[in-house]
Order: sequence, then structure tokens, then C-alpha cells
Amino acid sequence: MRHGVARFVTGFLALPVALYLFYVVWPFAQAAGYSLTDWGGYSDSQRFVGLDNYVRLFSDELIRKAFWHNVFFLVTVPLFTIALALFLAFLLNVGGREDRAGIRGVFGSAIYKVIFFFPQVLSLVVIAVMWQQIYRTDGQGLINGLLIKIGLVDADNPIAFTADPEPFLGVPAVLWWLLFIAVWSGAGFYMVLFSAAMQSIPKDIYEAAILDGAGRFHTFFKVTLPLLRDSISVAWVYLGFIALDMYALVFVMTPSQGGPNHASEIFASVIQFNAFQKGQFGYACAIAVALAIFTILLAALQLRITRRERIEF
Amino acid sequence: MSVSPEKFGDVSRRTLLRRAAAAGLLAVPAAGLLSACAGSEPSKSDGGGAAKSKDNPFGVKDGSAVKVVVFNGGLGDQWAKEDKVIFNAKHANVTVNMSSTQKIKTEEQPKMATQPSDLVMNSGADMMDRSTLINEGAIEPLDDLLTAPAWDSEGTVADSLLPGTVADGTQNGKFYVVNVAYTVWGNWYNAALFKKEGWTAPTTWDEFFALAPKIKAKGMAPYVHDAVHGYYPRWALFASIWKAVGKQAVVDIDNLKDGAWKADGIVAALEPWEKLVKDKLLLPGKLDHTQSQQAFLDGKAAFIQVGTWLKNEMAATIPPGFEMTISDYWSKSGDKAAKDVFASSGEGFVVPSKAPNKEAAKEFLRAILSKAGSAKFAELTKSLASTKGSGDNVQDTALASANSLMKSGSSDLISVKFPDFYADLDKESQNLSEELMAGRLTAQQFVDKMQAAADKVAKDSSIKKQTRTA
Repeated sequence: MRHGVARFVTGFLALPVALYLFYVVWPFAQAAGYSLTDWGGYSDSQRFVGLDNYVRLFSDELIRKAFWHNVFFLVTVPLFTIALALFLAFLLNVGGREDRAGIRGVFGSAIYKVIFFFPQVLSLVVIAVMWQQIYRTDGQGLINGLLIKIGLVDADNPIAFTADPEPFLGVPAVLWWLLFIAVWSGAGFYMVLFSAAMQSIPKDIYEAAILDGAGRFHTFFKVTLPLLRDSISVAWVYLGFIALDMYALVFVMTPSQGGPNHASEIFASVIQFNAFQKGQFGYACAIAVALAIFTILLAALQLRITRRERIEF
Repeated sequence: MSVSPEKFGDVSRRTLLRRAAAAGLLAVPAAGLLSACAGSEPSKSDGGGAAKSKDNPFGVKDGSAVKVVVFNGGLGDQWAKEDKVIFNAKHANVTVNMSSTQKIKTEEQPKMATQPSDLVMNSGADMMDRSTLINEGAIEPLDDLLTAPAWDSEGTVADSLLPGTVADGTQNGKFYVVNVAYTVWGNWYNAALFKKEGWTAPTTWDEFFALAPKIKAKGMAPYVHDAVHGYYPRWALFASIWKAVGKQAVVDIDNLKDGAWKADGIVAALEPWEKLVKDKLLLPGKLDHTQSQQAFLDGKAAFIQVGTWLKNEMAATIPPGFEMTISDYWSKSGDKAAKDVFASSGEGFVVPSKAPNKEAAKEFLRAILSKAGSAKFAELTKSLASTKGSGDNVQDTALASANSLMKSGSSDLISVKFPDFYADLDKESQNLSEELMAGRLTAQQFVDKMQAAADKVAKDSSIKKQTRTA
């Protein structure tokens, strides 16, 4: 009976939806509400200030800096992560020798898969702490120690890594060093994602391409890439979220959480500073709401641009 | 001023996520946390009301409980457990629930508006902003504690405290923060090594620059500093400024007076630091506090500047025969206040306004500040307590040198208030101090940028202004 089904479904959904409304939607609304006040975070008194916080946001130098740093990550994190993940996935699945057994990955691909995926099982903080030792700024650091031993780096002038604000290609060096970790830790997961997608591409398409004389280069760009469009598009959106965050790495790895001298300031670190150090929760909420709107717009735009007819196989 | 930074390597994923959450990133728990802060009813005190006497000046009620939160940083928390014993000796029927943590703000701030702990040690890198606490009325003025009789000595509690302690805890004319530790800052060296090499510890910059080549010749760097936490070098820079131009100039800086940073002599006071960097007398590398302190213990650098918690913080790795000794920050000829020492009370306890048992919290503070409690504190932490005479019976080179430094200094203590007053200037001065120590700023540029930052805060109407009088 249809009536019974509706009651059955409602019975199952009522609790989860209520929980969702209470713990997710309502707090969102509250944060938006606080963004219109001058709440300090330590008391229950607050004054309604309208859109003042949002007006102030546009003239805040620190936010402008943080915005451009986040844009840097927004462009580079997905680009490098996806490029690396695609390259690895291609090698592991279809990049090997072509013989009578058909298409396969490079020798030992099963082991590589595990190795590349490994960073994904570590928590981001563990990764950050580990890289602190790798990036240590004197002869006891893994990279500096090695490079000093073989004479590539002067012991009196070791690489400063995340304490280095000097621009490289117009962007502070510290951001490039953080980007490296983000790509290293993210590529494994997307490699697995793309691997799965590649395995669902029928082998005969490749075989036909090979028969027509296509090499690895052509099979990748003419066959694999177009058929992975959906997965890449989703990956791009996910990585965009990660790029707008980057909080853990900045918080653990950079001097004064966004330094040196604001060289690695991002939205999250500015929010943290305003809320918890300056005691301006209202303003911090306004930044957070602005960031949320920005993120949603970006995701919508992204999915819109990449929407296209799906190929069924 | 926080004096015992947490170790950043200890940040757990859970805490970090909670912070990320609180910052509005994982918006789900974030907003839940925010919602926990509003719309609460003030709670009634349920601990007081008993008869007041000399031994119970606040009328703590038998059978009540008091929740005490201790910052477990460089000083550890064993001393606080001793205070609990002292407290219970007088109040056997009051239950003390003591917990210790490094995450004061993460754990206590969300509770401030609803059901806070009774007594919170607000310290460490993760501390609650003091001005915000006071401006929001979140913590209780404790002036009645000062006039209460001391626990186990003659006179009032105020009489038993070292100079500066009451002033350090006072804001807007009221006493809010009870600092229990007394910290002395300066340049540390290994007296055993200096004896062996025949070096004399310098007292002026000229003597240091004369000694530096000899230190370098031994394959050591003359100086090492924390290049990650900007408030470390900031102590040293402000010691130099104060010694050179005297107290009034620093008070003007704290009060955001027009052109305070441009006062005569401030640039000159910072120039030795510029020279120190330019002459490559710093140990290469951008080390953090524990890394730089370990480099000092390993004999890679001759001097390190830090406070007296150093001994306790590095206790596990001090090599045998290492005679850790503190000396005053170096002065230069013509300094106005060369004898003033950088010392202050620190590690402040606060009583939340909404704490259910404020009476017992204040009584517990009286126990912490007692002669017996402070002696235990000095013994266990190798650090002076803010109560007079805490270090009288402790045998230790670090503590002894700190004691003699306090005795040889003048009665005026170097102190800087603006980092406590203004979070923006706090951050900016930390950043710029590190830039100066990295050689990316000259002394003149440092001063210009600090003046610009101070002007910006002075003009910002959203920031409540504070005044330093003493």
C-alpha cells in the first residue's frame, strides 16, 4: 500500500533529518546570525551591527592577502595533484608493455599502488609533524642534512622552507613548500580514483587505438583523458575545497600560524586570529560566511562548466 | 604575557580538528560550538555563605567542590598537586577537582559563558585573550584576595607578593589576574664552558662583540634564538629599548602615543641586534624554541636569550656538568636604565565570573600564594614564585643566578604591556621581530613599521583602548 510506504520512509527519515537540521543547518544559520553582530566570543552579550562586518571585510588588507594565497592554492593544488595522479594512474594501469596479454600497467604496479596511497591513511597532522622533521631548517633536517653532506647546500645558509617568505615566481616560497606537501599527500587518493575509472574503460577501445598505431601519448590524450572527464571534474571540486582550507598545514608548519610576516596567511588563519586571538567572533563569522558563499559559488561554477554529455560504455 | 609555550608537535588531531571546527572550517561542529556559547543563564554561587574568619576569609562552605584547571606546560603540574594538599590541610571537607591541560583556550573558552571551571590557569600558547576576558566581563575582579590575610605569614596577601605582581595582574584599575610564577629573562650561558675557555660573560654589547670572534674560533655560534615564535626575540628587543631610553618611552609605546616609536634612541637601541645578524653571529637555521634550546645545550651556540623556565623545560636533556647561568641583557654606553632587569610575574590564574564556587577558588589562590606553597613551587619548577622568599632554600645554578640577577638589578622592572592590550600589535610585533632577526629589516625599518602598526590600531574604533599608568 502506498500509504504504508510513505509512513515507513518517514519513520526512517524523521530522526536523521531532525539531527541534521539541529546539528548542521541550525548552527549554520546561527553563524550567519553572529556575523551580523559584534559578539566577542566570551560573553552572551552582543550588539546587532548589520552588514558592518561585511563592509569591513573588503577593506581588510590581511583578508586580501589571504584571498590571493587561497587563490594560489585553488589553482595549483588541483592542477598538480590531478596531473600527478593521472600520470601515476596511467602508468599503473595502461602504461606498461603491450603484448599478447593486452594492456597492463608498468612492472610492479600493485606495490606502487600501495606506496602511493600510503599518505592517505595518515592524518594530516601526522603528515605535518613528519614534514616538520623533513623540512627542519638546520643540518639535522632530512633534506638539509643530505644536501649539506653532498655539498649542494651551504651549512651556514640552509634552506629555510616554511620560514622563507622570499617570492619564487611571485609567490612566497613558504606556499610552494606547503603546496608540495599537499600534492604529495593528496595524489595517492586521486590515483586510486582515476585507476578505478580507467579500469572501467573497455580494453577493446585501447586495443583498437593501438591497432591504429597510437602510442602511449596518443592513447592517453585521445582515449583515457576524455573518458575520465567526469572523475576529473569531481576531483577538481574536492581538491578546490581542500585548497580553500589548508588550515592544518599552515597552523602546524608555519611560524606564527600564517607567517613569516603574513607570508602564508590564508582565510582560515585570518578567521582563527580574529576569533580566538583578537576576540572578534562576529567579524570572524562574517569572514567564514563569506568564505562559505565563495566556496559554494566556485563549486557550482565548476560543475556547470564541466557538465557535458555522458558517454555510456 | 605567556611564558611557557606548548610544544607544537603535541597538537593532537582531535584538538586540531576542534580548533579548525571552531574557526568555522568544519562548519558542522563549529556552529555547534558557537551555539554552546550563547543564551545561557548566569549560574548562582553555591560554594560560599559559611562564616568568615581569618582562616576562612571568603566563607568557603564545607562540603562544596572547586574545579581547578592547571596549565601543564614548561613548569609541569606537580606543584599544583602540592597546593591541593596544603589547601585540604585547612579545608578537609572541600573537594578539589584538579585537571591539567596544555589547551586552555580550546577547552575553557567554550565554557566561559555557561558553566566555567572555578579557577583557570590562563597560560601557554593556547591562552584566552586577557583583555577580551576583562572587557566582556567574563572574569571576576579579585581585589578582596589582595586584602585578605596571607595563608601562613604576617600581613595581607598583597604584602607577601614580589614587586610587580599586583601591577601585572591589574587592568582598568582592578586586580583580575593572579600570577603565581616569577620569571626573569636574560642571556643564558654555560658557566662551566666559560671557565674552561677563560671567557668572561659580557655585560655590554661591546664586550659581547669583542668576545664573539673567540667563540666563533671554537666552532660555535655566539648566539641562537627561537625563529618560529616571535615573542621570544621580542623580549630581547624590548629589553634593549627599555635599557636605552628608559621606562617612559615604553609606557608611551604601550599607550599608543603619537610618534612614540620615533623617540630618540630607540633605533640605536636595536642597532646592535641588526649588527648581530649582519655579522653572522647567529646559529644558521630557523629553529623553534626547543630546537634552539637544545642547540644551546649541545654547545652549538654560546648564548641563548629566554626566561627562567628554561631549566625545567629542558631538564631531560641537560648534559652533565652543564652550568646553566643567566645574565642580564647586554646594555651599551649611554643607556638610561642599564640596571633595570626584565622580570615579571606570570602564569596567571583567573576566576570566571560565572564560576559556581568563587569563594573556594579565591581560597585556593591563597593556598597557592602561601609560603609553603611557593617554596614547593620553586623546589619543583626551579623557577621563582611570585611570593617573596620562595627560592631561599633551593640549591641550583640557574635559580641562584636568577636570584643574584634580581639582587644586582634596580627596583624597576622592564615590562611591556601592548601585546596584552592589542592582539593586532602583538602579532605584528612578533612578525617584525622575527623579520629583524632574519636580517630582512633594519632597525630603522622595524621602528617605522611598528609606528605604522601602532597608528593603525590607534585609529581603529573597533578596538577598545587600554591605558598603562605604572
